[in-house]
Amino acid sequence: MIDEPQPLLSRVANSLYWMARYIERAVNVARFIGVNLHLQLDLPLEPANQWQPLIDTSGDTAAFQQSYGEATQDNVIRFLTVDADNPNSICSCLRAARENARSVRETISSEMWEQINRTYLHFQPYPPLWEAEKLAERLRHLQFSCHLIHGISDTTMSHNEAWQFMRLGGSIERAEKISRILDVKYFILLPSATFVGTPYDDIHWSAVLKSVSGFEMYRKKHGRIAPRDIVDFLVLDRNFPRAIHHCIHGADECLHAITGTPMGYFRYRSEQLMGSLRAELDFTSVDRIMNDGLHEYLDDLQVKMNAIGDNLLLDFFALRRQSQGSSALGDR
Amino acid sequence: MFAADGKPRAESRVLLDTIESLDEGQLLLCQSAAERLLLHLGITFNVYGQSAGTERIFPFDLIPRIVCAKEWEWIERGLKQRIHALNEFIDDIYHEQKILKDGIIPVEVIRSAAFYRPKCHGINPPQRVWCHITGSDLVRHSDGQMYVLEDNLRVPSGVSYVLENRAIMKRTFPRVFEGLRVRPVDDYPSKLLETLEAIAPPGASDQPTVVLLTPGIYNSAYFEHSFLARQMGIQLVEGSDLVVQEDAVWMRTTKGLRKVDVIYRRIDDDFLDPTAFRPDSVLGVPGLMETYRAGRVALANAPGNGVADDKVVYSYVPEIIRYYEGEDAILPNVPTFQCWRKPDLNHVLQNLDTLVVKAANESGGYGMLVGPHSTIQEREEFAAKIAANPRNYIAQPTLSLSRVPTLVEDHFEGRHVDLRPYVLYGKDINVMPGGLTRVALRKGSLVVNSSQGGGSKDTWVLEPSEQEGTA
Repeated sequence: MIDEPQPLLSRVANSLYWMARYIERAVNVARFIGVNLHLQLDLPLEPANQWQPLIDTSGDTAAFQQSYGEATQDNVIRFLTVDADNPNSICSCLRAARENARSVRETISSEMWEQINRTYLHFQPYPPLWEAEKLAERLRHLQFSCHLIHGISDTTMSHNEAWQFMRLGGSIERAEKISRILDVKYFILLPSATFVGTPYDDIHWSAVLKSVSGFEMYRKKHGRIAPRDIVDFLVLDRNFPRAIHHCIHGADECLHAITGTPMGYFRYRSEQLMGSLRAELDFTSVDRIMNDGLHEYLDDLQVKMNAIGDNLLLDFFALRRQSQGSSALGDR
Repeated sequence: MFAADGKPRAESRVLLDTIESLDEGQLLLCQSAAERLLLHLGITFNVYGQSAGTERIFPFDLIPRIVCAKEWEWIERGLKQRIHALNEFIDDIYHEQKILKDGIIPVEVIRSAAFYRPKCHGINPPQRVWCHITGSDLVRHSDGQMYVLEDNLRVPSGVSYVLENRAIMKRTFPRVFEGLRVRPVDDYPSKLLETLEAIAPPGASDQPTVVLLTPGIYNSAYFEHSFLARQMGIQLVEGSDLVVQEDAVWMRTTKGLRKVDVIYRRIDDDFLDPTAFRPDSVLGVPGLMETYRAGRVALANAPGNGVADDKVVYSYVPEIIRYYEGEDAILPNVPTFQCWRKPDLNHVLQNLDTLVVKAANESGGYGMLVGPHSTIQEREEFAAKIAANPRNYIAQPTLSLSRVPTLVEDHFEGRHVDLRPYVLYGKDINVMPGGLTRVALRKGSLVVNSSQGGGSKDTWVLEPSEQEGTA
């Protein structure tokens, strides 16, 4: 017998989607900072600007320059961790995630709410605890807190439509962040196209892999550190959970679970866009990507993911008029 | 907990023995564990007048308040009688108004009641039940007698704290339950859902769609709204999630519109429907009242109940009970002076320093003067307000609210308390065995409201036992 599923309010779906995105965003910022801290210890003599790329990765370059100017370590860390005026700082993301969770508290499990609330309370901005010695540890703690949120939601919540919307949001955010870090790092590490394919800097590329917890898994699959293989791994790997291809696959599955449309078909515009993106990732190759230009490819990917986000709004969330408050905390 | 001679009451003896057997510091550890838990669980309320999203935990005192079985049996009977009579009264007011025609209550008192809603005339809620959920406030005076202070027939809140307090007690301080037979309160959400399902409009399926309507996350009681929705497994909706179409109420879901049968609304009458009440309300649902009047959707509590929350109308409750039930009130009212009556007014103005004066339509501890704790200037200001609008004020003797032991820093002190039991009225009337004990944490204070420095305690109603008679 087919169960008649509990209806899910559009507002609730929207909040779940954004809750998951903000959690994922917070943890990605934490990963990027953490890896940079390590990198700096390994490469003390490198010219100063290790930190500007982090701002570029976050996509908030203009906002940063306006309030801070120079991208020193302190400025960047402050901007990305505790700055309440930066909507994408860790503290802001956790606040937004928690506000969204609060508005759907009856939909998520009590355990999930408790863990999200605890995480938020733990990372309240009281600056003394963000000092350098403790920073790395705190960022690690945040990563584990977020693993815990994922684990709790997988094991305490029915894998129903609400859960699928959360997973959808998390997957899209993750894919987006991987494409950004890859884009920025590639740009810095390979200033000219003639370098493509040459081993450039082991340490830097290892750092990129570590920032997505991919170093060990990459080693198992490809062995030697080579930019081409890293692009292959982070964009096209089907099994690594932080590869773009894997994320888009996951997002596509969520979307079909939500709509009930069979795989390979579409009823909504967002399904159509997601399906074509997935198909493209299915059938392209790393050589083609490199020939066409990685930056151009990633740029195009981001445009497509934004379009999917816009259409999710129209297809599922916008049945209601927008109200002020938390649920509609939008993306940049 | 203690009798007047300072000896513990029999029902408290077991609890005191347990507390005395604890290791030094154990009690404080439990107390701070409980507070941390409240914060982590996000069991908080929002403080108005501060920036949006300012949350505080509702202070919780670990020492439970105990009510013996015999006294509870009496309270329960009294509440059932009272709620039944008040329901009859509200139904009468919005239909024939027999009680006014018979001269029991002056017409003018009803007409001038701020929460009287002429728009509700002629409405027939399912089973003629208006007050589905009531949270009457009871206080014990120094004469040992329980009195009803107010009835809260509109949208009483606080029940989530009763349930969470019990859960926190079990988690942090399980030992104190030993040796006492405390009646459980955990079935309240099931009973509430039964009550709400029982009022579904005709034509709804046998599993009607019940939703809880909240003003949103910035409302002071949002925690409770989400808590109850989760406990009952129903949708928590905001006004903008609902829409009226084709004579029915629908909610907007990811799969289109779904029909709604029963709305447990936690929004005041004024904000329910901008086309019927306040036109500037953005929290409500346009057209809701028309659909309700047509019997296509049920609302709990029914709009219009506020007429009986007016403190002047309150003072007539003993007469209301006599009129509709043909018997005397079991639970007494606090004696009340009605300032719109000339002799009462004179008495009140001359005795402001000993009386408590309340605005007839305020709640939450606002708009009141506690005579013995007031300054001359405050009394003069109040005298002017009363003289300008006597209908809007009542006065009561300053009750010496009973005090119970409360953990203050590292020792016990007596603090004033009240008690709010919750009464459900669907197919029949059901009184929850327990309630919210609110405690005025400031020394000497008589104001127990959470917005004014109040906290809460778990309330233990005991099962009847053989020794009961000697208590």
